[in-house]
Amino acid sequence: MNAPVKIETTLKDWETDQEVRWCPGCGDYAILKAVQRTLPQLGANPANTCFISGIGCSSRFPYYMETYGFHTIHGRAPAFATGAKLANPDLDIWLVTGDGDGLSIGGNHLMHVLRRNVNMQIMLFNNEIYGLTKGQYSPTSREGTKSPSTPLGSYDHPARPAAFALGAGARFVGRGFDVSKNLPEVLKAAHAHQGAAFIEIFQNCIVYNKDVFDDFAAPKGAEDRQLWLENGKPMLFAKETKGLTLDRDALCLKVVDVVDGDWEAAGVIVHDVTNRSIAHMLVEMPFGPFPMALGVLYDDPRPTFETAAIEERARASEGKDTNLAKLLAKGQTWTVSGTAQDPV
Amino acid sequence: MATQAKQPLTENPEAVVVRFAGDSGDGMQLTGGQFTLSTALAGNDLATFPDFPAEIRAPQGTLFGVSAFQINFGSREINTAGDAPDVLVAMNPAALKVNLASLKPGGLIIADTGEFSKRNLDKAKYGTNPLEDGSLAKWDVLAFDISALTIEAVKPFGLGNKDALRCKNMWTLGLALWMFDRDRGPLQEWLRQKFRTKPDIADANIAALDAGHAYGETAELSGPLRQVHVDPVASDPGLYRTITGAEAVSLGLVAGAQLAELPMFFGGYPITPASAILHHLARLKEFGVTTFQAEDEIAAICAAIGASYAGSLGVTSSSGPGIALKGEAMGLAIMTELPLVIVNSQRGGPSTGLPTKTEQSDLYQAVYGRNGDAPMPVIACRSPGDAFEVAIEACRIAVEYMTPVMLLTDGYIANAAEPWKVPDPANYTPFPAKFLTEKNGPANDDGEATLLPYKRDEKGARPWIKPGTPDLMHRIGGIEKDALTGNISYDPANHQHMTDLRKGKIDNIAVPDQEVCLGETSGKLAVVGWGSTYGPIHQAVGRARRKGLDVSHIHVRHISPMPANLGDLLRGFDKVLVPEMNTGQFKTVLRDQFLVDAQPLTKTSGQPFTIAELEAAIEGALA
Repeated sequence: MNAPVKIETTLKDWETDQEVRWCPGCGDYAILKAVQRTLPQLGANPANTCFISGIGCSSRFPYYMETYGFHTIHGRAPAFATGAKLANPDLDIWLVTGDGDGLSIGGNHLMHVLRRNVNMQIMLFNNEIYGLTKGQYSPTSREGTKSPSTPLGSYDHPARPAAFALGAGARFVGRGFDVSKNLPEVLKAAHAHQGAAFIEIFQNCIVYNKDVFDDFAAPKGAEDRQLWLENGKPMLFAKETKGLTLDRDALCLKVVDVVDGDWEAAGVIVHDVTNRSIAHMLVEMPFGPFPMALGVLYDDPRPTFETAAIEERARASEGKDTNLAKLLAKGQTWTVSGTAQDPV
Repeated sequence: MATQAKQPLTENPEAVVVRFAGDSGDGMQLTGGQFTLSTALAGNDLATFPDFPAEIRAPQGTLFGVSAFQINFGSREINTAGDAPDVLVAMNPAALKVNLASLKPGGLIIADTGEFSKRNLDKAKYGTNPLEDGSLAKWDVLAFDISALTIEAVKPFGLGNKDALRCKNMWTLGLALWMFDRDRGPLQEWLRQKFRTKPDIADANIAALDAGHAYGETAELSGPLRQVHVDPVASDPGLYRTITGAEAVSLGLVAGAQLAELPMFFGGYPITPASAILHHLARLKEFGVTTFQAEDEIAAICAAIGASYAGSLGVTSSSGPGIALKGEAMGLAIMTELPLVIVNSQRGGPSTGLPTKTEQSDLYQAVYGRNGDAPMPVIACRSPGDAFEVAIEACRIAVEYMTPVMLLTDGYIANAAEPWKVPDPANYTPFPAKFLTEKNGPANDDGEATLLPYKRDEKGARPWIKPGTPDLMHRIGGIEKDALTGNISYDPANHQHMTDLRKGKIDNIAVPDQEVCLGETSGKLAVVGWGSTYGPIHQAVGRARRKGLDVSHIHVRHISPMPANLGDLLRGFDKVLVPEMNTGQFKTVLRDQFLVDAQPLTKTSGQPFTIAELEAAIEGALA
């Protein structure tokens, strides 16, 4: 694989001439802008960048990026992306999926692309609803969600995308939400991570699930409800008046008050992005009693799938004859000359 | 029909059919495979039919656990594994019971009395011992204690009873090699190689092999056992090897990718009987092959399409149920017009069906089985060796026309072996893939060149544009797209136009004219086949013609699109008979394409047609 050459671009260079067709006010617009703002900052090359998506509102994303783009079939984007990455490991692949695409019909593929650790950025837009099919409840919808297919309210337990990703073996788990100013920082960290980087992006579906994330995403009181994690920094929120500590008896996280900024005295723990156990606690942390953990929850790279494939092919090819004629004549052969036959 | 008179083997027969049958743990497939190799080295033409249960290790001695390997070899052209065996090697009572019905009257039964215990007779549901009760009178029987003789032969190597008995198949093979006057050298060498880390086991197997051979040589056997010599067949001069269909498909794909000057990406998921292709290709990485065992059938094809998108030759392979799962992704490859080869090793269906038995019942699925108007080329191979040529042809069509192609093979072809004249790769015309590197459209208002990802060439193919190419960024997907820019388009006229373009591209694929492989180009009866029925049809038509009947054999490789002359060719015959291992699918396609009165001859027993069945049908049609 070649080290990517950084090039200079502006946000405009990443916009296509296609009319964006999401509903007015959809959170997808903000995510699109965040991505288009981030890519120039990364020095990314549009010709080397490839957006691959499945089906759903979020999966229209590639049409609006002036890069290579492949809008595939429902749930299978991780498989297409895996094939493309194996065929050309130099491609910078961004996968775009949603809660239905990624966790319902495509749950299996999402699990395997994460466990294999194929180097790409995976953005899962979680709006807790099926938008493009007009508002049915999704695998991340909260219990009791009323929708055309659940007029009396849903009764199945929602999937939690970040917990799913970590459980599947992801080595990078990040979280943000559509209008958050910090989203580009999470995207940058995901891009810097070598391997499958999973980012859950809470996204407001203005038509079918309006403001469902307002309890933590609304600007008013956000400090009290959002915990932005930073590597090497204490886990503080509510203007540094609260923090998270480890309840060593129950082996779980606990909210503590921080008096006069003395977080050490309060036992607030310092975020270590490579600590998988803490990451598990962060993704399991129920919102309400706890703030919503955002930012980079976990980041601990290990060798990628495509690197292993390249290395294996090199090893397997070492000293091997690549003459096709010889391959065809492999094994026990015999020669027919006229009518007499001799083994060779 | 076969007569009921005894037909014992002569000393110098033109062809012989031998069937090795035993418990699925007895190593019958290995025995058959090695006997095949020695037969090939002796210069006979041959065809084989491995017939084994779906269970990996069925309970010992049971009827459903019987595994068999049939080989037909001769000094003339051989196209089938033979209707009825001349020799049946039965390693236990169950093997005898399951395979007896097909044995030729007067044929020879070789049985291991060591396995004909009360317990095994019970398992095979024999009330009395058939070797003793006179029920085998119409055959010759040679029954002796192969188990005891094997244990005796390997005694010096200190093996336990169980390990010693595992050498039984080599003892039996040794006897067969003596019977047909074969050289043991290559087999001894093969055993030394196979067990090079366990020299004791190698020595024991070789000792068993030699003992079986010596038994034939020295035992004062009056009666049925005697040496039989089959002369070599007159073949085209050249270098030969044996090949199975699965090997030939794999090698053909490697050759096809080389001719296209592309790396190959193979996405697969384990399924019987297609897995062998994944296994073969996984060992050919030095030929630029990447193999990917996906999480499921859908991911296997999607990854292959993703690789094609990125500039490799994507290939996926499966069998009926797996092919069904891949259907939606095939539609995407059709819609985005990316090259892809899909190999379908058909098996008995529907659903899980008969995983290890053969059938041709995925033809409708291949030709018609997708949502929307989704035209896709379909080609079929007729024999193991032919699979090599057809795999190359599939790659050629995929790359030249930017389309997925389905290659139909089946369980019989996949597992069967035949002698194969090793082709010279230099004799194949390359078809290098071309990638677009510059904008291909007219200048826009600002005088800048534009990109038209769906602008077609003279074949109707759109350009292949690799992600990573500077300045050619564009988007593709499954939504209907504008006929030139590829941008999303819901315009009614455009969808009509695109549907026509997609169909026209496939309809206009250059397909060679159909030839008649045996007989005249018009007459009373055409027997029209496709796929693995080639062998029995060819033999049956040949026999019928020798009897003076007016019948020709036509075997179709290009199922979709069909050769342009096929309709006229068929209309030149009074009758058209279509034998196939399904309920008449190709018959329907022929009627659909040409409005000809094609008549079906169908068989879905999981077994190939016998020559006799087809001969009877030909005589019936001409009566």
